Amino acid sequence: MSTPESPARDHHRSSGDATPPPADDGFRAKAREFLARHAPGPMEGLDAAEQLRIAKRFQAAAYDAGLIGITWPAEYGGQGLTAAEQQAYDEEAAHHDLPTGVFMVGMGMCGPTLLDLGTHEQKARYVPPLLRGDEIWCQLFSEPGAGSDVASLQTRAVRDGDEWVVNGQKVWTSGAQFADFGALLARTDPDVPKHRGITMFIVDMHSPGVTVRPLRDMTGRAPFNEVYFDDVRLPADAVIGEVGGGWLAALTMLGHERVSIGGSVRRGSDPLAFDNLVDLARRRDRADDPVVRDRLAELYAHERALALFNTKLRQEAEAGASPGARGSIAKLAGAELLWRAVDTAGLIAGPALTSWEEGDAAAEEMAVAINGTPASSIAGGSNQVQRNIIGERLLGLPKEPQVDRDVPFRELKVGTQRTP
Amino acid sequence: MQLVLDQEQQELRSAVRGLLAEHAPPQRVRELAEADGHDARLWRRLSAELGVTGLVVPEEHGGAGAGHVERAVVLEELGRALAPVPFLASAVLATDVLLALDDTAAQAELLPAMVSGELVAAVAWDQESVPSATRRDGAWVVDGRARRVVSGDIADVVLVQATTGQGTAWFRVRGEHVARTPLRTLDPTRRLVDLDFAAAPAEPLSTSDPDAVRARVRDLAAVALSAEQLGGMARVLEMTAEYAKVRVQFGRAIGSFQGVKHRLADMCCALEQAEAAVRYAAWAADAAAEELPLAAALVQVLVAPATFQAAADTVQLHGGIGYTWEHDAHLYYKRAKTSELLLGTPDQNRARLADLLQV
Ligand SMILES: Cc1cc2nc3c(=O)[nH]c(=O)nc-3n(C[C@H](O)[C@H](O)[C@H](O)COP(=O)(O)OP(=O)(O)OC[C@H]3O[C@@H](n4cnc5c(N)ncnc54)[C@H](O)[C@@H]3O)c2cc1C
Repeated sequence: MSTPESPARDHHRSSGDATPPPADDGFRAKAREFLARHAPGPMEGLDAAEQLRIAKRFQAAAYDAGLIGITWPAEYGGQGLTAAEQQAYDEEAAHHDLPTGVFMVGMGMCGPTLLDLGTHEQKARYVPPLLRGDEIWCQLFSEPGAGSDVASLQTRAVRDGDEWVVNGQKVWTSGAQFADFGALLARTDPDVPKHRGITMFIVDMHSPGVTVRPLRDMTGRAPFNEVYFDDVRLPADAVIGEVGGGWLAALTMLGHERVSIGGSVRRGSDPLAFDNLVDLARRRDRADDPVVRDRLAELYAHERALALFNTKLRQEAEAGASPGARGSIAKLAGAELLWRAVDTAGLIAGPALTSWEEGDAAAEEMAVAINGTPASSIAGGSNQVQRNIIGERLLGLPKEPQVDRDVPFRELKVGTQRTP
Repeated sequence: MQLVLDQEQQELRSAVRGLLAEHAPPQRVRELAEADGHDARLWRRLSAELGVTGLVVPEEHGGAGAGHVERAVVLEELGRALAPVPFLASAVLATDVLLALDDTAAQAELLPAMVSGELVAAVAWDQESVPSATRRDGAWVVDGRARRVVSGDIADVVLVQATTGQGTAWFRVRGEHVARTPLRTLDPTRRLVDLDFAAAPAEPLSTSDPDAVRARVRDLAAVALSAEQLGGMARVLEMTAEYAKVRVQFGRAIGSFQGVKHRLADMCCALEQAEAAVRYAAWAADAAAEELPLAAALVQVLVAPATFQAAADTVQLHGGIGYTWEHDAHLYYKRAKTSELLLGTPDQNRARLADLLQV
């Protein structure tokens, strides 16, 4: 949805996220100036390769300007600054549609996990190019038989001298088509219970034996993939954390993932964002309808509450409290917010949401947003799984009965490890 | 913007929580709900001992010169305990009216006694029926009926916005000059009364803009009430999660069933977001006056329905026991519904938010 017809937009944004900047806010000014000069324009109509080139160029420029990895340790290429600077940058960035999606898995998940669990050599080698966008990462967890139940994965890595040999299949791997590296979970010991025999590896996606096949999603696009491993050889120092300690590594990454997805800045151009739905209501002459106003106000309240909750999580993190399972709240609330927005969009536009003339870019984008809404409720752990996490880890409710916790993976009588 | 409580604010919270645990346990709240609904001794402890009634009052008037963030913390605790004290009426509504006026004489006279707890003040400002004020023999008198005045049953002083020949103005009327009609209430822990003024002697309160006073007080009341609701929501979540761990059906704790677990998770999700929003609104009340109207409308729209939902789910998830008079769930349920409607209906609140957003 285009911006010029959005008189309300700046009003809402600024009355919101905005603590008025401290008088001497050089960092914010620097960010604002940089973004004004370097934020790329709309990318509709460009092919994927061209979009990737633009995204990488922007990321590198932002990195070189000191605006990426703001809170990351300086030792590994970050800026070593505080959450306040990060927040200032995020607030400025929210005014633009930055092509940062392709870096999200690396920045939000793989990078932080490397910082937590990687060796000094791994961090020094992988983190700086990850931040600069020179190397793109993907997350190789899910398999056809192991989604919510990641620990039932079957891809195996077998030790061969100094190397590991990987065979198996991953699925729904976001961005694998662009990725240079992946964080891979593989089974290294089938003789222990399923959570204990997993190891996390760094895999070079250009290695022989790695095949990436695009998979179309329900919007018709192909942002994720199937990934096949046929005798892919990994060096011994590819292990992240401990051999057999992959479940801990996975939990670490999943924790980062929820915070990252939940806390990700909503793109200003998201047709389901409050401001854009207000524009839609105006354009369709529906802004005076009391029911529409009612729903829009409610939507605003939920959108804003989630933004405030995320700010609060960041402030707590700054004060030294880890968000832990509370990232699940942000993630779940974000997914539920989208459903609310889909309802509101339908209320405003009615049947016009269902058909439009060729070339109506705004309608097209809205359709993609509506068709893409289920993704938030599934990817990164489904809403049901987030609710389980909130219930069990935040509220201390009893876990569900588990039938497979202590059985060696090889002997499991249930589950998906038994290939016919 | 500061959304996390600092050390001192957390200490304030534990002090209030501790006092309420000792002096306002559920048993006591119930006894009072069935009697006159007001605990004078607890009120004195809160005001004279802890000094929390004067958190937003400047030191020159006997207050603590703290702020709305601190007051919100206190309200959360009062809402958690359903404490039977006139805090909302006196330490919120009436205090805010006085502070918003230009009347330094009235402030100097009333605020110290309100802060110390000796004087309970209430505010009559319901828009359904607005009393009128006239000058008679050189003095003002107020006539008419004010509806549903919070803690109007025990108010020593009533602050009232009344119509005059020229618009409206604020007045103070002494308790002995009003006739009180106690109302039966949905929420037995919050007394509401109708007040009748019949040529009641009134002293005008000085302000250049009576409606601005009202608007500010309404915004601050929305923040305060939301904080109180937040406390209630936190308590019912706690109560229900505890119960779900110990109540066994079909051989398992009910909290291990997803139908139960997921509803609690949703409650938790709503609570955490409500908390962030309430902290923000309280911060805005102290530090960003220009953001206050929107922040106040935001918390009203968000928190009230979420609190009622949480209270309703609490009854549901406790099953039959939750529906009994003996269980506390209904007290929170009734309070939540009452609070949801106290400052306007949810649709009115959303319409106001839409206005502020220029939708
Ligand atoms: C857009 C998108 C991008 C993705 N990107 C990646 C990626 O980059 N890397 C990657 O590794 N994976 C990725 N995934 C995979 C994603 O993590 C899984 O799809 C997700 O975890 C759910 O697993 P599943 O699809 O196997 O569903 P299942 O686990 O089979 O679930 C099916 C249904 O059962 C419910 N369910 C399952 N278990 C429980 C339970 N214990 N309690 C209650 N309900 C339950 C689920 O909520 C769901 O409704 C992506 C998925 C999507 C949609």
